[in-house]
Amino acid sequence: MNTLILRTVAPSLTALMLLFSVFVLLRGHNEPGGGFIGGLIAASALAIYGIAFGVPSVRRAIRFHPMAIAGFGLLLATLSGALSIVFGVPFMTGLWVYPVIFDVELPLSTVMSFDIGVYLVVVGAITSIALALEQEPGSDVEEKD
Amino acid sequence: MATPAVDLSAALILAAPAPADWLVVLPVALMIGLGAVLMMVRKSVRLHGGIAIAGLTLLVLLDAALLWRVSVHGPVTMVMGRWLPPFGIAFTADLFGAVMALAAAIIALAAGIFALADIDASGRRYGFYPFLMLLMAGVSGAFLTGDIFNLYVWFEVLLISSFGLLILGSQPEQIDGALKYAVLNLIGTTLFLIAVGYLYAIFGTLNMADIARKAAGLREAAPLTTLTALFILAFAIKAAAFPVNFWLPASYHTPRVVVSALFGGLLTKVGIYSLIRVTVMLFPVEREALSLIVAISAALTMLVGALGALAQNDIRRLVGYVVIAGIGNMMAGVAIGTPAAVSGAILYALHSVVTMTALYLVAGEAGRLGGTWALSGLGGLYRKAPWFSGASFLLFLAASGLPPLSGLWPKVALLKASLDIGAWWLAAAILLSAFLITLALARVFLLAFWRPRPDPVPEAAAPAGTSVDWRVALPLGCLTALVVLFGLLPEPLLDLAQRAAEGLGEPAAYIQSVFPGGTAR
Repeated sequence: MNTLILRTVAPSLTALMLLFSVFVLLRGHNEPGGGFIGGLIAASALAIYGIAFGVPSVRRAIRFHPMAIAGFGLLLATLSGALSIVFGVPFMTGLWVYPVIFDVELPLSTVMSFDIGVYLVVVGAITSIALALEQEPGSDVEEKD
Repeated sequence: MATPAVDLSAALILAAPAPADWLVVLPVALMIGLGAVLMMVRKSVRLHGGIAIAGLTLLVLLDAALLWRVSVHGPVTMVMGRWLPPFGIAFTADLFGAVMALAAAIIALAAGIFALADIDASGRRYGFYPFLMLLMAGVSGAFLTGDIFNLYVWFEVLLISSFGLLILGSQPEQIDGALKYAVLNLIGTTLFLIAVGYLYAIFGTLNMADIARKAAGLREAAPLTTLTALFILAFAIKAAAFPVNFWLPASYHTPRVVVSALFGGLLTKVGIYSLIRVTVMLFPVEREALSLIVAISAALTMLVGALGALAQNDIRRLVGYVVIAGIGNMMAGVAIGTPAAVSGAILYALHSVVTMTALYLVAGEAGRLGGTWALSGLGGLYRKAPWFSGASFLLFLAASGLPPLSGLWPKVALLKASLDIGAWWLAAAILLSAFLITLALARVFLLAFWRPRPDPVPEAAAPAGTSVDWRVALPLGCLTALVVLFGLLPEPLLDLAQRAAEGLGEPAAYIQSVFPGGTAR
């Protein structure tokens, strides 16, 4: 699999797919898309990079351990739900703010932060599995980083 | 954005929830949040124990507060995202759910402390404590949810966490045990999911309170008995009832002992909880129709468990069979179905959560002190650790159902209930099983504790430990104290179980809590 063609294409393909995954994530609020499918696209991007350049380079590139990313996503999703305790509405109620930045109204909500949490959980969990499968048998990078 | 001029009260709950209503959601949210935090600090294993034990202590307090609230004010409901039920997913805690959640939290705390000694740094790096948190999220969610599909989701959460815990250590026999456990449990979960789909097709709702009030009107038209039979089979697999019990002895002795303790205390009881919830509260008429089959299965489960316990040489496998025998007793309560019998089953479940966990901890500590799990190789524990032996003796009495410990009262309640309806053979099975369990555990005490250590030591694999650590003594002592306390002063818990059973038999208060106006279609 480690051909010149793949190694040439992989960086731009990975970058494009990561960008697209964020687009799908944000689009998901009102149209098809969302955190889950966006996360799958991002995890595929990292998997392609791993096939081309090896697992250690992916691990270096994403800085954090994939499970830590998944953990952060889960925490973000939980906190998005729990924020409603402050506003006196039941758990997981969507809360909105509409800040105006450069004359553009930007609707932000806990629904969105929850979905970003889902995105991170999927990215972290699937990447963690993909990297473990791609890893050379015998090499134990997992425990050293 | 302007607020559209529609009547929001048709879709949303507009009144703010009472602060105490949060108690029904917080146990789950806390466990998920802490599990997430522990996953993020996965490499800093020093932090794990402290965070986890502080979190579990908080969980015990939250569940205790919830139980107090439910016991004083009746069932508590919170609907996610303030959508009106049955469209919003409801979390509803009644007495049964709250008391089970509290028992689960207590043993999780005990297991968390025990794990400080039992799980080494590599096990922690592998993720013991994050898995424990997520397991408790699943278990608490299952006990507190008021929506049957949501119950399925929590089953999945706890199942996935349990897979992780089961293979902690990655030894071949663990993988072997985990495979059997996983396959059987996935079949059970699939059956459960099919039953839920079937139920949704019939009722058009998944909210338990909604199902309970609609069942009466649909009984003539819909095949509810078939549906109930599917649920019973699915939950029987989860609970390890005969004839689908064989996965438990095949897998529960393979993981670390603290994991076995958690599983023995919690997982089968979640199955029993769901069985009671669905059959007694939602489909009482259908339960009555199927009661003979459940009763036969219950009697055979008790006897298989007791005979299996007598036949084992490995003490962890032996405790696994004792767990199965207990499941038979709880199933007997479901089969009889009168409020007295259901309250007996609830009492038994509470007793079993605490006692079975403690028994696994005893088995683990005995194995560590003796250097082997085999009864044929153990001996002289009484001389080595008299206090530990005393606690073990009390726990053995409790598990056998002998006075004055906690095992006695649920057995008395179940016996009386079965004699009341004239099911003498069920009563005989309960007594015979208790007698055989007494023999099996007496055999353990005789061989492992009283007998002098056999010399020369066969297959001395691990070096025998010397003394009992505080991280073992504290949880074991507390669990034993609970068992003794409940045995000597059973009155408050008997009363609680009685009220919980009445709440299940007459779910008016439960329905009222979800649909305060009695409205919504």
